[in-house]
Amino acid sequence: MDILSNLALGFSVALSPYTLMLAIAGCFLGTIIGALPGLGPSNGVAILIPITFTLGLDATSALVLMTSVYYGAMYGGRISSILLNIPGDEPALMTTLDGYPMAKQGRAGDALVLSGVASFVGALLATIGLMLLAPSLARIAFLFGPAEYFALYLLAFCTLGGMASNNQAKSALAACIGLGIATIGVDSSSGLPRLTGGNLHLYDGIDFLVAIVGLFAIAEVFFFIESHGKGSSIGVKLDKVRIPWADIWSTKWTMLRSSGVGFIAGILPGAGASLGSFLAYMTEKSIAGPKGGFGTGVPKGIAAPEAGNNAAAGGALVPMLTLGVPGSGTTAVLLALLMTLNITPGPTLFTDRPEVVWGLIASLLIANVVLLLMNVPMVKIFVKVLMVPAWILLPGVTMVSFVGIYSLSGSYFDLLLMVGFGMLGYILRKLDVPTVPVILGILLGGNMEDALRRAMTLSDGDPSYLFSSPIAIGLWVAAVAGFIAPMFLRKVLKKPQAITDFGAFGCIGSWL
Amino acid sequence: MASDRIFGLVTLITAVAYLAAATQIQTNFFSGEYLPKLFPMLIGGVAAISSLVLLFRPDPDPDWPATGSWIAMGVAVVVLAIYAVLLKPAGFILPTAIAAGILSYQISPRVRPAILAGVGLSIGLFILFKFLLGLGNIVAYRIPTPAKLWDALTLLIPFVGR
Repeated sequence: MDILSNLALGFSVALSPYTLMLAIAGCFLGTIIGALPGLGPSNGVAILIPITFTLGLDATSALVLMTSVYYGAMYGGRISSILLNIPGDEPALMTTLDGYPMAKQGRAGDALVLSGVASFVGALLATIGLMLLAPSLARIAFLFGPAEYFALYLLAFCTLGGMASNNQAKSALAACIGLGIATIGVDSSSGLPRLTGGNLHLYDGIDFLVAIVGLFAIAEVFFFIESHGKGSSIGVKLDKVRIPWADIWSTKWTMLRSSGVGFIAGILPGAGASLGSFLAYMTEKSIAGPKGGFGTGVPKGIAAPEAGNNAAAGGALVPMLTLGVPGSGTTAVLLALLMTLNITPGPTLFTDRPEVVWGLIASLLIANVVLLLMNVPMVKIFVKVLMVPAWILLPGVTMVSFVGIYSLSGSYFDLLLMVGFGMLGYILRKLDVPTVPVILGILLGGNMEDALRRAMTLSDGDPSYLFSSPIAIGLWVAAVAGFIAPMFLRKVLKKPQAITDFGAFGCIGSWL
Repeated sequence: MASDRIFGLVTLITAVAYLAAATQIQTNFFSGEYLPKLFPMLIGGVAAISSLVLLFRPDPDPDWPATGSWIAMGVAVVVLAIYAVLLKPAGFILPTAIAAGILSYQISPRVRPAILAGVGLSIGLFILFKFLLGLGNIVAYRIPTPAKLWDALTLLIPFVGR
């Protein structure tokens, strides 16, 4: 009963009144962030990291706060999907397919509560899965040497690139941009600056937070300037909110199956929540057959993607915590949070700092319950948030981003760099180049290079060392397969397009 | 087609420049001769190959915005850049109100709401950050000397500012 005692340790950390308060505040804030069109888990968490850091919270409190925001944003994403037909984030895209038609039938309240319950089931099961799976995976990870880690990082880039874009060359370029940025700065072994172009500001390297906030938050502003903030008006009415017990009961197997599918999709490095909700929806659709009426506003069509999406969000934490390799854009941002707090994810985290891991898991469980309780009675408050017009919201987001980065470093150079990353993010997303590999490259570049260097030093410069163990070979094969397979599967697994009343700006805006 | 070709060309030139810079990386006794160069050269190589692929097999063009939107975005970039350098010498409230107001106007071109948004966000966020969250290094206002103001703005001009 190792898990139970560990969990008790976790709850002893996470259940103090102060952290509980942080969890509730985080859930509330997160749901609002998720509900706002144009702000999703990735950019919402990204703009809050610098501020959390400057507040001087200790590691556990900061972690509790930010994971609550993260889970809250995953919950909140469904509100704008259902009411506006605009996905608040990419994984919520699948929820629009049945959620919006159901809301148009006058059952917006039912759709919101049902999706809330499905989110809860998915997230709860995934957190339990995380507790069971992560410690054993952490034990396997001890077998990893530098060669295996190098192959693992490569695998993450390959699968993420394969999934995230429609063009492998573009995702490879995105990864190279990120990795190239990570190499800038003082070299760890020689102590000499490299690739700085003689600019003193670059000797420290480029802070990943600057890049993340620029690419995710500032780029969003340009999209809104381009579209003039159109398309954020509520088209459906929300009457009294009741709990649709019959719908919840009738979708119980759907929720369970979708949680399983979503969790497995989440564990795959690079796949993440979008794939989870997509696969869950598609599985249920094929089980129900043409008579299931998917796409017309059926309860199962709402329960499946929401359970899958939230289960995948939990599943994505498994590779992130045990191996230090995030599975999606949002977990990449959470990895950035951990690194800011000076916590290095990886197998040693479970043995060296159990209180952090289990505190995190306990706070996920707490956040989940809080969110369920908060979302059913208070959903009307969150719906009000949707009324915030873009011309207040986006300048506000920009200013919060500036203050966050400024309070972190106090340097105008980082602010200019952030604006530059904003422009880069706009151009890249316009050209269908995924931005998540850029972030991942900046985050993991240092570790990946270290792994390569150690491998080369151990083998005295023999490249065949990189393929010297069965694990490493397996990872290389998986990496190559993960990069190439989507080229052939693309015709089968076509990315779903949102059904639109008023243009696709919403999904471009949140296409992370 | 053309967009991807241009993008591919730009990334190819960047990749080649990056590779050239990577061969010039200084090394010393501790690092060995080739270790600091190896990883950058690998990245540059992959980037160059991907750029070539993009040059020869470009995707269809995206829907680029009309000229007006480009100008609006250009203005937004300039405003944000000026805001970035003025935040320190001029304090928080005035630059924030102006920058937020202009951005707001650009998203929804109505004058009065934009002014209200600028002033409201500036004061509201200042109270939030300074008094509720206690972030130390933002200052309400500073009255900069003309020389300091000039110094700050020259930071934006290449080769003139420091």
